[in-house]
Amino acid sequence: MRTKLHQFHGGLHLQGHKAESLSRDLQQASLPERLYLPLRQHIGEHNKPLVDVGNRVLKGHAISASTSLIRAAVHAPTSGTVAAIGDYPVAHPSGQTDTCIVIDVDGEDEAATPFIPDLQQLDAREKIELICRAGIVGLGGAAFPSSPKLSRGKVQGIDTLIINGVECEPYITCDDMLMRHYSAEILRGVGYLQRILNPKVTLIGIEDNKPEAIAAMTRALAHAQLAAAEIVPIPTIYPSGGEKQLIQILTGREVPLGQLAFDIGLFCQNVGTCVAIARALEQDQPLISRVVTITGDNIREPGNWEVRLGTPVRHLVELAGGYLHGDSSHLVMGGPMMGFSLQGDQVPIVKASNCIMVMREQTMAHSLGYHDECIRCSKCTEVCPAQLLPQQLYWHARAGAFERAHEYHLFDCIECGCCSAVCPSGIPLVQYYRAAKSEIRAAQKALIKSDRARLRFEFRERRLLLKKQQEEERRRLKREALQKKKVQAGGEIPIADPVQAALERVKARKLAQQEDSQ
Amino acid sequence: MTNVIVSSPYLAPGNSLKRLMTQVIIALIPGTVAYAWYFGPGVLINITLAVLFALMFEAIALKLRARPVMPHLTDLSAVVAAWLFALCLPMHSPWWLVLVGIGFTMIAGKHVYGGLGFNPFNPAMVGYVVLLISFPREMTTWYLPGSVSGATLTLGDALAYSFGGADIHQWDALSSATPLDQIKTGVGQHIAISEIRLSPVFGNYGGKGWEWVSLGWFVGGLWLLGTRTIRWHIPVALLGGVLAMALIFYLVDIERYASPLFHLLSGAVVIGAFFIATDPVTAATTDRGRIVYGLLIGFLIYVIRVWGGYPDAIAFAVLLANMCVPFIDYYTQPRIYGEK
Repeated sequence: MRTKLHQFHGGLHLQGHKAESLSRDLQQASLPERLYLPLRQHIGEHNKPLVDVGNRVLKGHAISASTSLIRAAVHAPTSGTVAAIGDYPVAHPSGQTDTCIVIDVDGEDEAATPFIPDLQQLDAREKIELICRAGIVGLGGAAFPSSPKLSRGKVQGIDTLIINGVECEPYITCDDMLMRHYSAEILRGVGYLQRILNPKVTLIGIEDNKPEAIAAMTRALAHAQLAAAEIVPIPTIYPSGGEKQLIQILTGREVPLGQLAFDIGLFCQNVGTCVAIARALEQDQPLISRVVTITGDNIREPGNWEVRLGTPVRHLVELAGGYLHGDSSHLVMGGPMMGFSLQGDQVPIVKASNCIMVMREQTMAHSLGYHDECIRCSKCTEVCPAQLLPQQLYWHARAGAFERAHEYHLFDCIECGCCSAVCPSGIPLVQYYRAAKSEIRAAQKALIKSDRARLRFEFRERRLLLKKQQEEERRRLKREALQKKKVQAGGEIPIADPVQAALERVKARKLAQQEDSQ
Repeated sequence: MTNVIVSSPYLAPGNSLKRLMTQVIIALIPGTVAYAWYFGPGVLINITLAVLFALMFEAIALKLRARPVMPHLTDLSAVVAAWLFALCLPMHSPWWLVLVGIGFTMIAGKHVYGGLGFNPFNPAMVGYVVLLISFPREMTTWYLPGSVSGATLTLGDALAYSFGGADIHQWDALSSATPLDQIKTGVGQHIAISEIRLSPVFGNYGGKGWEWVSLGWFVGGLWLLGTRTIRWHIPVALLGGVLAMALIFYLVDIERYASPLFHLLSGAVVIGAFFIATDPVTAATTDRGRIVYGLLIGFLIYVIRVWGGYPDAIAFAVLLANMCVPFIDYYTQPRIYGEK
């Protein structure tokens, strides 16, 4: 069987810059002195800490969790003592701090006793439960918890399982390394996914600039017990690793607007996630480490490390030989197209961290300051994989005409950065879109809030009015009852006006005096 | 260590306005050379003057608007606009005509709207139209190619004309109506086109000399397409529009309506298709919209040429189509990913 490949609209041929970090083999990162584990490392609500300061934790202990539907617990990556729970810098585009559990590493790396179930006895729902308990999220970058996605996929019914080993963004090589080293484990993870979802076909997409990974995966597939699975090398063009783009390449289908992949019977999972699933099910090992690329033009020894979550970037930089030119580095988490700048090297590695780019300030300098105006050349339209009109979006976003931008499908922008990369005017287009998106979201939130406040106010007004009416009604009834009682008691008593009576008395007296004087 | 937060992508820019404009200038060279070869060095004087005046106006306008001067002055957009404007003028024009026209191009056509990227109308066409309706005599005094008039004009002669030192009577003998003009007047007097075309100003297909100049623009246009500076939609639709209209009427009456090839190779159709209508700022921006835009201009060119008051019509056709651009763009939005 040979899968027919399709094309997606636009895209870019970019300089790979992958050789730098592939020049060294995968290494195990040493443990730092302290680990910083943010309560939230996935898409969804914040976790609540399960430990207190001073508690001793073992490797694999759950230290924070939540009860919401979209959830992913965080586990202690090694043994140690909880030193603090508080706000620390985290990897987030806003550069803000977030609550982290800080673990003082004791160096023992003592693991909690694993509970290894008999996988043959488990049904799909129980397997999903184990995956949930292991805190597994999509490791391709979005960090969406895997278990709710699997549950939905199972309910919807899946015909094609797509395994994403594309890694299309320049500089990043962690999935490449992972496929070279853990191909068998990846395929075992794929096997579990197959048993949960029962797809008809499984397609493993890998960009053709990774011949070694393709070879390793093909060798492993020959020995694996997988039904109807195929390794599909795909042409190297950015952003072929985007979920929607990969679906288009492998199946020729588009995910309809407003729907998700499993709505049309497709399920995508990253190769790293497959390894995590295999480890969770086979060894009861939660998600406590991942492969991270550290590369860029200001790091001495670029490469890939298997790193415990919570390890500060600084520790990784030291492992990679330190900065080449002083420490005036620009750090980026993720790749050059979709990554985001870090505030400093104290931020920790989280589940979503696939790459740390260490760049010299001057190589990044162009991203700031003056840019020319849009001349509507529509180079951006040519490369947009979502087939949007970036120039029109920019026009409206810049003018603050957010409704118009919404109309031009602002929220279908996948922020791949192709438009910015080709713009002859050097406009940071994606930055404008991100800003517009967050303003629209904020406005919507404010609208919901003000709507709620208005409803509350109106309800209160109604309540007070009702109370007043009831009060009046009560008084009226009481008055009526009183009236009735008086009538029964013997006719109406005329009400005497004291003023009138006094006046009449005075009048009578005057009259009497006049009569006297006459 | 604290970094300034900037947003991805972080790649070094691979393109620039300057690069784009340089491609246009390169593409203008073959046609300009052919023009100077057939009609003398006057056009080169016009281009030089127009570029110098344009840069002057651009600098003044930026200064007044308190905008950074050097980045805009060096992006070459003013040079391209001036060059195109100069090519619209009669080959010999007095210096003040260039000054007034380019003044309107840069100020009224571009900077009053907010500068590059914000002007709704093609600036060079704005400047040209202002001159055409303000100075009809100067703007319709065209000269024959040297091979027809027999006179060889030196650079000195052309300079003398530009700066007012020439004997106007002597020049009058060399002036002539353009081929498009002659067709228009001839047809108006019920002369058959086959007869009109006996005049020495006509070449094999279009006007003598003009057909080669058009070929030069065509070569330049292919360069623009090859370097992906422009895309095919506008030129193909525009040329297609002119050809289709010309073909229909040519088939109706061969003696009243000139051949499609004549329409294509006369006047400014080819330069209009590849260089003027493709000005991205004022053109439609969607693929389908560009086809509509190109067809509209092609259609208007033919209508104005044949039934309108002007022998050539690129400027009016382009300006009219510019007005429709927001409308065209709104109704020709592409289907986006995942849309039914």
